[in-house]
Amino acid sequence: MRLSFGFAHGVHPPDAKELTNRLPIRRMPFPDEVVLPLRQHAGKAAKAVVRPGDRVERGDTLATADGFISSPVHASAAGRVVGIDWWPHPDGSMQPAVRVAVDRYAPQVPRPRLVPDWHGLTPQQVVRAVQDAGVVGLGGAAFPTHVKLVPPKDARIETIIINGAECEPYLTSDHRVMVEYPERVHFGVRIMMHALGAPRAVIGVEKNKPDAIAALRAAVPPDLDVTVLPLTVKYPQGAEKMLIKAVTGLEVPSGTLPASAGVVVQNAGSAACLAEVFETGLPLVERIVTITGHGLKRPANLIVPVGTKLRDAIEFCGGLTDDAEEILFGGPMMGLPQANLDVPITKGTSGVVVLTKAECRAAVSYPCIHCGYCLDACPMFLNPSMLGDLAGKGRYDEMAEMHLADCMLCGSCAYVCPSNIPLSQLFQLSKAALRRGALINQGPTVPAPATPAGAA
Amino acid sequence: MSAAPGAAGAARAATYTPGPRGTIGAVRRFLVSASPHLKGPASTPRIMWNVVGSLLPIVGAATYFFGPSALLVIAAGCLGAALTERLFGKSGSLWDGSALITGILLGLTLPAGMPMWMAFLGGAFAIGFGKLLFGGLGYNIFNPALLGRAFLQAAFPVAITTWPAQPASWWALRGDNFALPLMQARAADAITAATPLGLMKFGGTGTGLLDLFVGATGGSLGETSAAVILLCGAYLALRGYLNWRIPASILATVALFAAALHAVDAARYASAPFMLLSGGLMLGAVFMATDMVTAPVTNRGRWLFGAGVGVLVVIIRVWGGLPEGVMYAILLMNALVPSINRVTQPRVFGTRAAKEATP
Repeated sequence: MRLSFGFAHGVHPPDAKELTNRLPIRRMPFPDEVVLPLRQHAGKAAKAVVRPGDRVERGDTLATADGFISSPVHASAAGRVVGIDWWPHPDGSMQPAVRVAVDRYAPQVPRPRLVPDWHGLTPQQVVRAVQDAGVVGLGGAAFPTHVKLVPPKDARIETIIINGAECEPYLTSDHRVMVEYPERVHFGVRIMMHALGAPRAVIGVEKNKPDAIAALRAAVPPDLDVTVLPLTVKYPQGAEKMLIKAVTGLEVPSGTLPASAGVVVQNAGSAACLAEVFETGLPLVERIVTITGHGLKRPANLIVPVGTKLRDAIEFCGGLTDDAEEILFGGPMMGLPQANLDVPITKGTSGVVVLTKAECRAAVSYPCIHCGYCLDACPMFLNPSMLGDLAGKGRYDEMAEMHLADCMLCGSCAYVCPSNIPLSQLFQLSKAALRRGALINQGPTVPAPATPAGAA
Repeated sequence: MSAAPGAAGAARAATYTPGPRGTIGAVRRFLVSASPHLKGPASTPRIMWNVVGSLLPIVGAATYFFGPSALLVIAAGCLGAALTERLFGKSGSLWDGSALITGILLGLTLPAGMPMWMAFLGGAFAIGFGKLLFGGLGYNIFNPALLGRAFLQAAFPVAITTWPAQPASWWALRGDNFALPLMQARAADAITAATPLGLMKFGGTGTGLLDLFVGATGGSLGETSAAVILLCGAYLALRGYLNWRIPASILATVALFAAALHAVDAARYASAPFMLLSGGLMLGAVFMATDMVTAPVTNRGRWLFGAGVGVLVVIIRVWGGLPEGVMYAILLMNALVPSINRVTQPRVFGTRAAKEATP
């Protein structure tokens, strides 16, 4: 028995989880309007099937999946479709989105059982039902869950790993789910084990959530081989490869998917969501979001209808303080900054973090002094110092040889860099430049979607 | 991107207009920056000023042993370094503290009786040619302070090897610190005394180890107290501002090599403790070889780098023409750092498994 379950390197940012980790999950009232982007997941955007003026009930399909690696979008509130417009998207672009004016006096009762009962479904039917329910990974990358429920052709899935690490600072939504709905997490695990034919599952939870570990352990169903494993508290413990290393001791070979190690990783919140979908029969129309930060007056863990505008969520949480500086979707290490309060909270939004001016990075950076801190921080054992140097010179091909593709943009290097060099940003740009170069060299083929490496 | 999105032309082409503003965000603007949005506590100026701070006790020890001359020489070196950084460096680069480190370190490698103008010139050369010529902080290949000393050794070989003996009064200057540039310095009032290494090499006599450890010996300003240097280095290592592997590797290599030689012929070769405590080895190993800019970035590289320095120090001291070899050992190894970095790249996560998988 190993004493510590972890990985080498990594960083310890201040986690600030005490803002919300004792607050029970509450439900937010329906806003006046919800905006549901057609692309809220990794893969192809959904195709809208409603027209402006249509009346929709909660849970009705607004857009259907376009292909297998795609996910449908459902109405998160009863109301009338106002339009299908370009709307600001959390990724910073404008994306087509269905706008629904919420009916103030609707009972918001869904149609009975839009998702079939789980009992007696074959694995194929489960996959189909999960896709139709629009379930995606809730950890941030929003990779369609049903894709990961199809067993790979060439490998057998031995272990399902449930990612309850939640190593991003500030976020507590998975933590609260594991504390308040441990049975739901286990039910989600049961469905996954059924679909994948996997004999065992491990739920990895960082040791700083003893209440979640206790709740999950108390709720383990007697007929399932489920282990709850306490993990070392370190960022990025929730990154897929780090988690697999911590749980199994195996290194997923560079350039391959975890399935090649016989492992599938799903986020704890996603497991609970999967269970909820089959329990209630209602598709994924709401999610649990941690809305927090020192720049917010009343941080909370909220059940939010998908498509709620950031503005409405912040107003419900008491508004911003005077020194609020930056608003992020996701955690502070990998999250996306938001410039527009009209962006909707989507299926992939695991948290909203409002940072104050004092917490944000300074704009000034110094030259690299070769301190080597980044080499001791990089969980993938890359050499960010040299990679950053090459990125500055535009020598992307040499970066590719130095395993730039293994970089998951966790930001550990930039976090420790004393010279405040924006290393993750440089690597993101270099990856984009390499993709562009590959496109030019290969012609108009579309590259495969990036592997989901959600560090929840 | 002008076509209306959504269901087969059913949607009207509409543009986004900001919604009702509600109670927040009437004229609010938010920062949009790249992730990660948090920053660790380390910063380059903080590292540099910590090093400056940890050098002050050594300056204090030098002043205790060598009187006001020590402060004069170090101040002159710092002034030369700072002035050059201010005049020719990027704006504001003086305040990152790195020029001051160079100035202090340079001063500590000089004898107390050095004329101040020479120390000033050395500081200016160290920053100008050792650092700014390469592009400033972070781009230099060689340790600037050692380059400055190498320049002084080439330009003023006599002045830099004139070691003053302890005068009667602590207040007495240890040489003609105020000599005018390019004038013949007045012959030192004090009798010159040899350094422990010089005594060993040319006279075949040793110096007491306790004297070496505490620092009551002749030599350059920073060549004296091993105890103070080790304490200051330990502080920096604990704060993470100095990588302990480099001094550990250097000192271990020197000790092993010297012990081996001493075992072969105890009369000809000095013992390991003497080798460790004498000369500029402590200052070099703890403060100069660990200069982040000019040392390897990988941990394996740091061990290798330290071992190289250690071997070269002993070779130069034992078989070279000079009694002391720390400066040239470090400068030589500095030149090899890019190659060391290249051959000691860390093994990328998941690559060993990949090699095993492909037959």
